[in-house]
Amino acid sequence: MSECKTAKRGRAWFEALTGKDGKMPDGPGSLMVAEAALGNEPAIFVGLAPDPNSRFPRARNAEVGLEEGFYGTRALRQVMAEDADKPVKRPIISVVDSICQAYGRREELVGIHIAAAAIIAAFAEARMAGHPVIALIVGRAVSGSFLTLCAQANHMIAFDDPEVLIHAMYQDAAARITKRTVEELNKLAEEIVPMAYDIRSFNKLGGLYRLMQVANPDAPCPQTLAEVKDALIQAIADARQSSRDDLFDRLETEGAKTYRAQSIKVRDMMIEQWNQA
Amino acid sequence: MSETFQEQRSYIEMNARQRARQLLDPGTFHELLGPFDRVESVWLPKQDIVPQSDDGCVVAKGTIDGEPAVVIAMEGKFQGGSIGEVVGMKMAMAFHLARKDNEKGIPTRAVLSLESGGVRLQEANIGELVIAEIYSELVALRKHMPVVVVIAGNTGCFGGMSLAAGLSSYVIMTRQARLSMNGPEVIEQEAGLEEIVASDKPFVWSMCGGAQRYETGAADVLVEDDADEITNAVKELFRKGQPKVQRTDQYELYIKRIAAMDTSKQWMPEDIRKVWKEIAQ
Repeated sequence: MSECKTAKRGRAWFEALTGKDGKMPDGPGSLMVAEAALGNEPAIFVGLAPDPNSRFPRARNAEVGLEEGFYGTRALRQVMAEDADKPVKRPIISVVDSICQAYGRREELVGIHIAAAAIIAAFAEARMAGHPVIALIVGRAVSGSFLTLCAQANHMIAFDDPEVLIHAMYQDAAARITKRTVEELNKLAEEIVPMAYDIRSFNKLGGLYRLMQVANPDAPCPQTLAEVKDALIQAIADARQSSRDDLFDRLETEGAKTYRAQSIKVRDMMIEQWNQA
Repeated sequence: MSETFQEQRSYIEMNARQRARQLLDPGTFHELLGPFDRVESVWLPKQDIVPQSDDGCVVAKGTIDGEPAVVIAMEGKFQGGSIGEVVGMKMAMAFHLARKDNEKGIPTRAVLSLESGGVRLQEANIGELVIAEIYSELVALRKHMPVVVVIAGNTGCFGGMSLAAGLSSYVIMTRQARLSMNGPEVIEQEAGLEEIVASDKPFVWSMCGGAQRYETGAADVLVEDDADEITNAVKELFRKGQPKVQRTDQYELYIKRIAAMDTSKQWMPEDIRKVWKEIAQ
């Protein structure tokens, strides 16, 4: 796993999937939104890419910042409004390669927690309204990036690749906060699967729909692109078949039975005691 | 004399269980997954950390103003109010079950009393997954019934739970409390001293403390550290019903405001207050 905090793949995959640059007329340069054909229907693609010219100096490397959150929310809400009366809602594909949320004074003064919450609510309500929401994780999805851009999806697909990273916090910061060395954290991660930094360990927890082998994750080639599109189409079909309006299918997986046994126990006991209370 | 002398009781000094009891109507507190159920973190003992029998979160059913309610109160003193598997799942299920009751026609209220430093790094990625499940259920519940968040104590509300506050229908804060996505230490570390000097406590509070959050619309009610005042504020919000517009639906207003700000210079808390007043809708 590389600790390098750069996100270089998001734009390549967004452009390969849509054939467009996704630039919005009045949105930030980091935000990509476009409609493109996927299988035999139109789908909405959203993603972030680095923007060295961002007005916000702390949000130039594909971080989820204020503009990304609020303009991303506007774009999603517009899609939902357009499809509100349609029986079949367009799928929404979140192409994810975002290093984390933006850390800065301006961000906190405005309330980046509201910008992040806004786009989370938009993804969640889109899913509940019947838009299949699929996260395609091609690179970084750390901390706020995971929570905002991935986790409200019906299904998450991640590339099986060392550059793909889903975690609560980068390892150097986690070491500082838990007062451990990086070596100690690595040793712990061998036993404590939720602390590990590799995507295969994350996959053990049962949250991913699919971990996907891809030939060249840095530069999409036609063969790989076709495979990724097929995986998205399959995930969309599965999402449409499900009658769930929650995310608890992630507890029905084999991985969850092993690694989230305590989650399942809490779920079952809460239901039992709630009904008795 | 005892009838006229009303002593102000501190909410901040109460533990999570006392807070849940305080927010519910007297005599209605019924704890779910209480300490005797001993559902604890399985990940902390593996790291030589002593777990707690409620994992730092008290969930209790009861009534508020006579209506069915659930209170979820976090204990900031256990592991910094961090979200691990058990605490997170208790919270997600409390929202889920409240939502299901609302869907069945039982109008159930939910109050979330937060003291949280964010995700529990010892349970890192399970914490992330559980937090996503909390958000999903919070969003589903607030369609039926307002979700009220109380942030009172010195731990404050950071990381994943700051987003839960952002998703909620109403936020009640004291002046002592802080609400911020990234903690000042993390910002200083990641972004440098020109962003924040974390040891400058007055500045930190002027940026994300209850008074500033109330002045700039991120909190709806500013209260004294008085248990009865907080309880009454919660009741008042439920009497008021749904907010005119959810905070997360105010993106156009926020877009207008941040477009009006000059990002070529650093900002002070009063800059935000000024622009927020000028661009009120």
